[in-house]
Amino acid sequence: MTDATPHSDTAPGQDQDRPTTVDLAAAFEESGVREVLAELDDTLIGLAPVKARIRETAALLLVDQARRRMGLATETPTLHMSFTGNPGTGKTTVALRMADLLHRLGYVRKGHLVTVTRDDLVGQYIGHTAPKTKEVLKKAMGGVLFIDEAYYLYRPENERDYGQEAIEILLQVMENNRDDLVVILAGYADRMDRFFESNPGFRSRIAHHIEFPDYDDAELLHISETMLGAQNYHFDAGARSAMADYISRRRAQPHFANARSIRNALDRARLRQANRLFKEATGPLDAEALSTITEADLRASRVFRGGLDVDKRLHQAAE
Amino acid sequence: MRLRQGQFSFLPDLTDDDIRAQAQYAIDQGWAVSVEYTDDPHPRNTYWEMWGHPMFDNPDAAAVVFEVNECRKEHGGKYIRVIAFDSTAGWESIRMSFIVNRPADEPGFRVVRQEGEGRIVRYTIESYAVREPEGRRYA
Repeated sequence: MTDATPHSDTAPGQDQDRPTTVDLAAAFEESGVREVLAELDDTLIGLAPVKARIRETAALLLVDQARRRMGLATETPTLHMSFTGNPGTGKTTVALRMADLLHRLGYVRKGHLVTVTRDDLVGQYIGHTAPKTKEVLKKAMGGVLFIDEAYYLYRPENERDYGQEAIEILLQVMENNRDDLVVILAGYADRMDRFFESNPGFRSRIAHHIEFPDYDDAELLHISETMLGAQNYHFDAGARSAMADYISRRRAQPHFANARSIRNALDRARLRQANRLFKEATGPLDAEALSTITEADLRASRVFRGGLDVDKRLHQAAE
Repeated sequence: MRLRQGQFSFLPDLTDDDIRAQAQYAIDQGWAVSVEYTDDPHPRNTYWEMWGHPMFDNPDAAAVVFEVNECRKEHGGKYIRVIAFDSTAGWESIRMSFIVNRPADEPGFRVVRQEGEGRIVRYTIESYAVREPEGRRYA
């Protein structure tokens, strides 16, 4: 069945159609990588080291593609990655862009992203895990499998944990079906390090380790304005300084989740704005009034009062 | 005797790339692709054993090739086929079916004659393979 492969790239008859030179700039334009990278720059604020790494990866893949066309490279490069960073630093968003990038470069055929956590891979009883993991892997084939909080797969305290079985299948498919799917593991930096230490098979199969830094206060302020802008809201002058104040206070409190905390804060500010308009409005409101977040909408946050039971509420919101 | 059933059975054996291309066509049409195997090659043996579930929500045919190869590991000495089921109203039927794996040695069929009343003779065919019990066919 598999011995005759007339379509294989290594067929001797194809040698003469191979180009002798390669124009990397043209390949860069043609593949649409430029658009993905430009979009990445435009829509993602900060994350300079991440963008640099993605640029490097894109360059590597373009060169590899050119080498393949000239018959110099035969093996598919290992593209599995690990994204480490605190919550809310844009790991999932970048994974989506990465899937798009790999699709445009032709390293994955469909370019869809399948996001899973431990629950989707690990079964509840003996014999449940392997089919479950394989289902997920099959669904991700032709695209990118994004495993969020991957370290939960490995539970050292329970030696009968089924996570180990999922890890073994995952490793096997990552090795044997490198052409078919790209696996991205994501999670907090310190716990991922421990996970890789106890599963050396993963570390050696992952070529690209990308670290996501925390956003600084100016970047978060910029992010908050972009988020509001996307929903056709804006801050007034007082609200902008209140937001800057909010960000520095919120960072010091527990469960700070970078951009996600900002999004939650803005959602609550919109709620308060709606409430305020409802109570105060006496006549017809114009578009300006409907889309302005004022200082009062933000200052009402519990964060400014020490954030006592904010923890609990945030926790509930996160779940 | 080479078994001629389903699509492409007069062509040389399909490679994994061919299987992928055909399965991708079926997936792109919105059909559910599944893998089945049997060791009874009779043409009226419609229902083969299912290998796993039909793949309803896999966008890429690599999953089909993966399952075919998994099935070959277990049932490499039997017939394996890939079928595509179209669930749209009015069809609700198999739209594609092709053999992707066959035993190394296919003994073929014999004619069986049954004499009836008068001088009537009824004819049927029987695979030489099914003279052995299930599981021992095709060595």
